[in-house]
Amino acid sequence: MIHWLQQPWPWYVAGPLIGLSVPLLLVMGNKRLGISSSLRHICAACMPGKIPFLQYNWKQQRWNLYFVLGILIGGFLAGYVFANPHPVAVSQHTQAMLQQWHIQQGAGLLPEQWFNWHQLLSWQGLMLTVVGGFLVGFGTRYADGCTSGHGIFGLSTLQWPSLVALMAFFAGGIVSAHLILPLLFQ
Amino acid sequence: MAESVMTSTTHIQSGTSRRKGLPDWVFIFPGIYFGWVLTKGEAISWYRIEEMFYFRSFHMYGIFMSAVVTGAIGIWLVRKLGIKAWNGEPIEIPKKRFHKGYVLGGFIFGLGWALTGACPGPLYAQVGAGFTVVIITMLSAIAGTWVYAAIRDKLPH
Repeated sequence: MIHWLQQPWPWYVAGPLIGLSVPLLLVMGNKRLGISSSLRHICAACMPGKIPFLQYNWKQQRWNLYFVLGILIGGFLAGYVFANPHPVAVSQHTQAMLQQWHIQQGAGLLPEQWFNWHQLLSWQGLMLTVVGGFLVGFGTRYADGCTSGHGIFGLSTLQWPSLVALMAFFAGGIVSAHLILPLLFQ
Repeated sequence: MAESVMTSTTHIQSGTSRRKGLPDWVFIFPGIYFGWVLTKGEAISWYRIEEMFYFRSFHMYGIFMSAVVTGAIGIWLVRKLGIKAWNGEPIEIPKKRFHKGYVLGGFIFGLGWALTGACPGPLYAQVGAGFTVVIITMLSAIAGTWVYAAIRDKLPH
Protein backbone atom coordinates (compact mmCIF):
# COMPACT_ATOMS: atom_id res chain seq x y z
CA MET A 1 0.00 0.00 0.00
CA ILE A 2 2.71 2.46 1.06
CA HIS A 3 4.80 1.42 -1.90
CA TRP A 4 1.88 2.02 -4.21
CA LEU A 5 1.29 5.50 -2.77
CA GLN A 6 4.97 6.39 -3.15
CA GLN A 7 5.21 5.52 -6.82
CA PRO A 8 5.50 8.31 -9.36
CA TRP A 9 2.83 8.32 -12.04
CA PRO A 10 3.46 8.06 -15.77
CA TRP A 11 2.44 11.00 -17.96
CA TYR A 12 -0.63 9.25 -19.33
CA VAL A 13 -2.07 8.94 -15.82
CA ALA A 14 -1.04 12.33 -14.43
CA GLY A 15 -1.83 14.34 -17.58
CA PRO A 16 -5.52 13.41 -17.96
CA LEU A 17 -6.07 13.78 -14.19
CA ILE A 18 -4.57 17.28 -14.35
CA GLY A 19 -6.83 18.09 -17.30
CA LEU A 20 -9.91 16.92 -15.38
CA SER A 21 -9.46 19.79 -12.94
CA VAL A 22 -10.66 22.19 -15.67
CA PRO A 23 -14.25 20.85 -15.93
CA LEU A 24 -14.20 19.98 -12.21
CA LEU A 25 -13.65 23.61 -11.17
CA LEU A 26 -16.19 24.88 -13.70
CA VAL A 27 -18.85 22.51 -12.42
CA MET A 28 -18.00 23.18 -8.78
CA GLY A 29 -18.75 26.86 -9.17
CA ASN A 30 -17.76 28.43 -12.49
CA LYS A 31 -14.17 28.71 -11.34
CA ARG A 32 -11.47 29.02 -13.96
CA LEU A 33 -8.28 27.10 -13.37
CA GLY A 34 -5.54 29.66 -12.80
CA ILE A 35 -2.82 29.87 -10.22
CA SER A 36 -0.68 32.95 -10.86
CA SER A 37 -3.67 35.16 -10.01
CA SER A 38 -3.32 33.96 -6.41
CA LEU A 39 -0.09 36.00 -6.28
CA ARG A 40 -2.05 39.10 -7.28
CA HIS A 41 -4.68 38.41 -4.62
CA ILE A 42 -1.94 38.12 -2.00
CA CYS A 43 -0.57 41.51 -3.12
CA ALA A 44 -4.05 43.03 -3.05
CA ALA A 45 -4.71 41.64 0.42
CA CYS A 46 -1.36 42.46 2.03
CA MET A 47 0.08 45.56 0.37
CA PRO A 48 -2.26 47.20 -2.12
CA GLY A 49 -0.85 50.70 -1.47
CA LYS A 50 -2.47 53.09 -3.92
CA ILE A 51 -1.85 50.90 -6.94
CA PRO A 52 -4.99 50.79 -9.12
CA PHE A 53 -4.25 47.22 -10.35
CA LEU A 54 -4.47 46.02 -6.74
CA GLN A 55 -7.69 47.87 -5.83
CA TYR A 56 -10.37 45.24 -6.15
CA ASN A 57 -12.32 43.02 -3.85
CA TRP A 58 -9.87 40.13 -3.55
CA LYS A 59 -12.19 38.48 -1.04
CA GLN A 60 -14.46 37.51 -3.93
CA GLN A 61 -11.56 35.39 -5.19
CA ARG A 62 -10.90 33.72 -1.87
CA TRP A 63 -11.63 30.30 -3.38
CA ASN A 64 -8.40 30.70 -5.35
CA LEU A 65 -6.37 31.14 -2.17
CA TYR A 66 -7.93 28.01 -0.67
CA PHE A 67 -7.16 26.20 -3.92
CA VAL A 68 -3.45 27.08 -3.78
CA LEU A 69 -3.32 26.19 -0.09
CA GLY A 70 -4.68 22.82 -1.18
CA ILE A 71 -1.90 22.50 -3.77
CA LEU A 72 0.63 23.03 -0.99
CA ILE A 73 -1.03 20.31 1.09
CA GLY A 74 -1.20 18.01 -1.95
CA GLY A 75 2.51 18.60 -2.51
CA PHE A 76 3.18 17.80 1.14
CA LEU A 77 1.26 14.52 0.95
CA ALA A 78 2.56 13.37 -2.44
CA GLY A 79 6.07 14.80 -2.19
CA TYR A 80 6.90 14.51 1.51
CA VAL A 81 4.70 12.05 3.38
CA PHE A 82 4.44 9.63 0.46
CA ALA A 83 7.55 10.80 -1.37
CA ASN A 84 9.11 8.63 -4.05
CA PRO A 85 12.26 7.22 -2.36
CA HIS A 86 14.03 6.93 -5.73
CA PRO A 87 15.50 9.64 -7.96
CA VAL A 88 13.27 11.05 -10.71
CA ALA A 89 13.66 8.65 -13.65
CA VAL A 90 14.97 11.18 -16.15
CA SER A 91 16.24 10.04 -19.55
CA GLN A 92 19.85 9.02 -20.12
CA HIS A 93 20.46 12.18 -22.11
CA THR A 94 19.31 14.20 -19.14
CA GLN A 95 21.55 12.23 -16.79
CA ALA A 96 24.54 13.03 -18.98
CA MET A 97 23.58 16.71 -18.95
CA LEU A 98 23.25 16.74 -15.15
CA GLN A 99 26.67 15.17 -14.89
CA GLN A 100 28.10 17.93 -17.06
CA TRP A 101 26.53 20.41 -14.70
CA HIS A 102 28.03 18.61 -11.68
CA ILE A 103 24.57 17.97 -10.29
CA GLN A 104 24.28 14.82 -8.24
CA GLN A 105 20.78 13.49 -8.53
CA GLY A 106 19.55 12.04 -5.26
CA ALA A 107 15.99 11.16 -4.36
CA GLY A 108 13.79 14.22 -4.41
CA LEU A 109 12.17 16.34 -7.08
CA LEU A 110 14.75 19.15 -7.01
CA PRO A 111 18.54 19.07 -6.72
CA GLU A 112 19.00 19.53 -3.00
CA GLN A 113 22.57 20.53 -3.63
CA TRP A 114 21.29 23.87 -5.00
CA PHE A 115 17.84 24.32 -3.48
CA ASN A 116 18.73 24.74 0.18
CA TRP A 117 19.02 27.67 2.59
CA HIS A 118 22.80 27.58 2.60
CA GLN A 119 23.09 27.97 -1.19
CA LEU A 120 20.64 30.85 -1.10
CA LEU A 121 23.60 33.10 -0.42
CA SER A 122 25.58 31.95 -3.45
CA TRP A 123 25.02 33.86 -6.70
CA GLN A 124 23.74 30.68 -8.34
CA GLY A 125 21.29 30.11 -5.52
CA LEU A 126 20.09 33.70 -5.84
CA MET A 127 19.50 33.20 -9.56
CA LEU A 128 17.57 29.94 -9.04
CA THR A 129 15.29 31.34 -6.34
CA VAL A 130 15.17 35.12 -5.96
CA VAL A 131 15.78 36.15 -9.58
CA GLY A 132 13.84 33.23 -11.05
CA GLY A 133 10.92 33.81 -8.72
CA PHE A 134 10.77 37.52 -9.53
CA LEU A 135 10.68 36.80 -13.27
CA VAL A 136 7.94 34.20 -12.73
CA GLY A 137 5.78 36.62 -10.73
CA PHE A 138 6.36 39.63 -12.98
CA GLY A 139 6.08 37.69 -16.24
CA THR A 140 2.94 35.72 -15.41
CA ARG A 141 1.03 38.81 -14.35
CA TYR A 142 2.19 40.75 -17.41
CA ALA A 143 1.17 37.79 -19.58
CA ASP A 144 -2.13 37.56 -17.70
CA GLY A 145 -1.65 33.93 -16.75
CA CYS A 146 0.70 31.01 -16.36
CA THR A 147 0.99 27.42 -17.45
CA SER A 148 -2.31 26.54 -15.80
CA GLY A 149 -4.41 29.55 -16.82
CA HIS A 150 -3.11 29.79 -20.39
CA GLY A 151 -1.47 26.43 -20.95
CA ILE A 152 -4.19 24.16 -19.62
CA PHE A 153 -7.35 26.22 -19.18
CA GLY A 154 -6.78 28.52 -22.17
CA LEU A 155 -5.85 25.75 -24.58
CA SER A 156 -8.61 23.43 -23.30
CA THR A 157 -11.09 26.17 -24.12
CA LEU A 158 -9.46 26.66 -27.54
CA GLN A 159 -8.37 30.27 -27.11
CA TRP A 160 -5.63 31.37 -29.51
CA PRO A 161 -4.18 34.14 -27.27
CA SER A 162 -3.27 31.44 -24.78
CA LEU A 163 -1.43 29.50 -27.47
CA VAL A 164 0.62 32.61 -28.27
CA ALA A 165 1.36 33.08 -24.56
CA LEU A 166 2.41 29.45 -24.25
CA MET A 167 4.81 29.79 -27.17
CA ALA A 168 6.31 32.85 -25.50
CA PHE A 169 6.70 30.89 -22.22
CA PHE A 170 8.59 28.22 -24.13
CA ALA A 171 10.76 30.67 -26.02
CA GLY A 172 11.82 32.24 -22.72
CA GLY A 173 12.37 28.85 -21.11
CA ILE A 174 14.52 27.57 -23.94
CA VAL A 175 16.67 30.69 -23.97
CA SER A 176 17.11 30.56 -20.22
CA ALA A 177 17.80 26.82 -20.05
CA HIS A 178 20.34 26.90 -22.88
CA LEU A 179 22.07 30.23 -22.27
CA ILE A 180 21.76 31.02 -18.55
CA LEU A 181 21.71 27.66 -16.76
CA PRO A 182 25.04 26.43 -18.19
CA LEU A 183 26.68 29.60 -16.85
CA LEU A 184 25.47 28.74 -13.36
CA PHE A 185 26.78 25.21 -13.30
CA GLN A 186 29.98 25.28 -15.31
CA MET B 1 -15.71 14.08 -10.96
CA ALA B 2 -18.28 11.50 -12.01
CA GLU B 3 -20.18 12.21 -8.84
CA SER B 4 -20.43 15.95 -9.32
CA VAL B 5 -21.51 15.46 -12.92
CA MET B 6 -24.26 13.10 -11.76
CA THR B 7 -25.44 15.48 -9.09
CA SER B 8 -25.60 18.44 -11.41
CA THR B 9 -27.52 16.48 -14.00
CA THR B 10 -30.03 15.28 -11.45
CA HIS B 11 -30.34 18.81 -10.20
CA ILE B 12 -31.21 20.15 -13.64
CA GLN B 13 -33.77 17.41 -14.13
CA SER B 14 -35.38 18.11 -10.78
CA GLY B 15 -36.02 21.64 -12.03
CA THR B 16 -34.64 23.71 -9.16
CA SER B 17 -33.05 26.68 -10.83
CA ARG B 18 -30.61 28.09 -8.30
CA ARG B 19 -28.98 27.17 -5.05
CA LYS B 20 -26.25 28.54 -2.89
CA GLY B 21 -22.75 28.12 -4.23
CA LEU B 22 -20.18 26.01 -2.43
CA PRO B 23 -18.34 27.86 0.34
CA ASP B 24 -14.87 29.09 -0.62
CA TRP B 25 -13.02 26.75 1.72
CA VAL B 26 -14.32 23.70 -0.14
CA PHE B 27 -11.89 24.57 -2.94
CA ILE B 28 -9.09 23.33 -0.75
CA PHE B 29 -10.10 19.83 -1.90
CA PRO B 30 -9.65 20.24 -5.66
CA GLY B 31 -6.44 22.02 -4.64
CA ILE B 32 -5.19 18.97 -2.74
CA TYR B 33 -6.16 16.81 -5.70
CA PHE B 34 -4.34 19.10 -8.13
CA GLY B 35 -1.23 19.31 -5.94
CA TRP B 36 -1.14 15.55 -5.46
CA VAL B 37 -1.45 14.83 -9.18
CA LEU B 38 1.12 17.49 -10.17
CA THR B 39 3.57 16.04 -7.68
CA LYS B 40 3.04 12.37 -8.52
CA GLY B 41 3.33 13.26 -12.19
CA GLU B 42 6.68 14.93 -11.33
CA ALA B 43 5.48 18.11 -13.05
CA ILE B 44 6.89 20.01 -10.07
CA SER B 45 10.35 18.55 -10.61
CA TRP B 46 13.17 20.88 -11.59
CA TYR B 47 14.77 17.94 -13.42
CA ARG B 48 11.68 17.34 -15.53
CA ILE B 49 11.43 21.00 -16.50
CA GLU B 50 15.05 21.22 -17.67
CA GLU B 51 14.61 17.93 -19.51
CA MET B 52 11.62 19.46 -21.27
CA PHE B 53 13.50 22.59 -22.32
CA TYR B 54 16.29 20.42 -23.72
CA PHE B 55 13.78 18.18 -25.54
CA ARG B 56 15.29 15.12 -23.90
CA SER B 57 12.15 13.32 -22.78
CA PHE B 58 8.53 13.10 -23.80
CA HIS B 59 7.29 13.06 -20.20
CA MET B 60 6.27 16.72 -19.74
CA TYR B 61 4.96 17.03 -23.29
CA GLY B 62 2.86 13.94 -22.71
CA ILE B 63 1.45 15.37 -19.48
CA PHE B 64 0.73 18.66 -21.11
CA MET B 65 -0.95 17.37 -24.24
CA SER B 66 -3.05 14.75 -22.47
CA ALA B 67 -4.13 17.36 -19.91
CA VAL B 68 -5.27 19.77 -22.62
CA VAL B 69 -7.10 17.06 -24.56
CA THR B 70 -8.84 15.80 -21.40
CA GLY B 71 -9.77 19.34 -20.38
CA ALA B 72 -11.18 20.06 -23.84
CA ILE B 73 -13.21 16.84 -23.92
CA GLY B 74 -14.46 17.56 -20.40
CA ILE B 75 -15.65 21.02 -21.37
CA TRP B 76 -17.23 19.70 -24.55
CA LEU B 77 -19.14 17.12 -22.48
CA VAL B 78 -20.20 19.67 -19.89
CA ARG B 79 -21.63 21.81 -22.70
CA LYS B 80 -23.11 18.93 -24.67
CA LEU B 81 -24.95 17.63 -21.61
CA GLY B 82 -25.99 21.13 -20.59
CA ILE B 83 -24.45 20.68 -17.16
CA LYS B 84 -24.62 23.79 -15.01
CA ALA B 85 -22.40 24.95 -12.22
CA TRP B 86 -23.24 23.71 -8.73
CA ASN B 87 -25.09 26.93 -7.89
CA GLY B 88 -27.28 26.64 -10.97
CA GLU B 89 -25.47 29.24 -13.07
CA PRO B 90 -24.66 28.36 -16.67
CA ILE B 91 -20.99 27.55 -17.22
CA GLU B 92 -19.16 30.68 -18.31
CA ILE B 93 -15.83 30.78 -20.07
CA PRO B 94 -14.58 34.35 -20.43
CA LYS B 95 -12.55 35.20 -23.53
CA LYS B 96 -8.86 35.95 -23.14
CA ARG B 97 -8.10 39.33 -24.65
CA PHE B 98 -4.73 39.39 -26.36
CA HIS B 99 -2.22 42.14 -25.70
CA LYS B 100 1.55 42.56 -26.11
CA GLY B 101 2.12 41.36 -22.57
CA TYR B 102 1.17 37.86 -23.64
CA VAL B 103 4.40 37.78 -25.64
CA LEU B 104 6.66 40.08 -23.58
CA GLY B 105 5.50 38.93 -20.16
CA GLY B 106 5.28 35.36 -21.40
CA PHE B 107 8.92 35.45 -22.44
CA ILE B 108 9.96 36.95 -19.10
CA PHE B 109 8.03 34.25 -17.25
CA GLY B 110 9.75 31.60 -19.40
CA LEU B 111 13.18 32.91 -18.39
CA GLY B 112 12.22 32.46 -14.75
CA TRP B 113 10.49 29.13 -15.31
CA ALA B 114 13.71 27.45 -16.48
CA LEU B 115 15.61 28.84 -13.48
CA THR B 116 13.19 27.89 -10.73
CA GLY B 117 12.06 24.72 -12.49
CA ALA B 118 8.54 25.67 -11.53
CA CYS B 119 5.61 27.71 -12.68
CA PRO B 120 3.36 29.18 -9.97
CA GLY B 121 1.36 25.99 -9.21
CA PRO B 122 4.42 23.81 -8.68
CA LEU B 123 5.98 26.51 -6.49
CA TYR B 124 3.27 25.88 -3.89
CA ALA B 125 3.69 22.11 -4.25
CA GLN B 126 7.49 22.32 -3.94
CA VAL B 127 7.16 24.19 -0.64
CA GLY B 128 4.72 21.50 0.50
CA ALA B 129 7.13 18.77 -0.60
CA GLY B 130 9.61 20.07 1.94
CA PHE B 131 11.83 22.40 -0.14
CA THR B 132 11.39 25.23 2.32
CA VAL B 133 13.85 27.55 0.53
CA VAL B 134 11.26 27.81 -2.27
CA ILE B 135 9.35 30.07 0.17
CA ILE B 136 11.93 32.69 -0.89
CA THR B 137 11.14 32.00 -4.56
CA MET B 138 7.45 32.50 -3.74
CA LEU B 139 8.03 35.75 -1.88
CA SER B 140 10.09 36.95 -4.82
CA ALA B 141 7.29 35.97 -7.21
CA ILE B 142 4.86 37.98 -5.08
CA ALA B 143 7.30 40.90 -5.24
CA GLY B 144 7.49 40.51 -9.03
CA THR B 145 3.71 40.61 -9.26
CA TRP B 146 3.65 43.73 -7.10
CA VAL B 147 6.28 45.50 -9.20
CA TYR B 148 4.30 44.68 -12.35
CA ALA B 149 1.21 46.17 -10.74
CA ALA B 150 3.15 49.30 -9.79
CA ILE B 151 4.70 49.97 -13.22
CA ARG B 152 1.87 48.57 -15.32
CA ASP B 153 1.00 51.94 -16.91
CA LYS B 154 4.51 52.34 -18.28
CA LEU B 155 4.61 48.95 -19.98
CA PRO B 156 3.39 48.25 -23.53
CA HIS B 157 0.13 46.31 -23.58
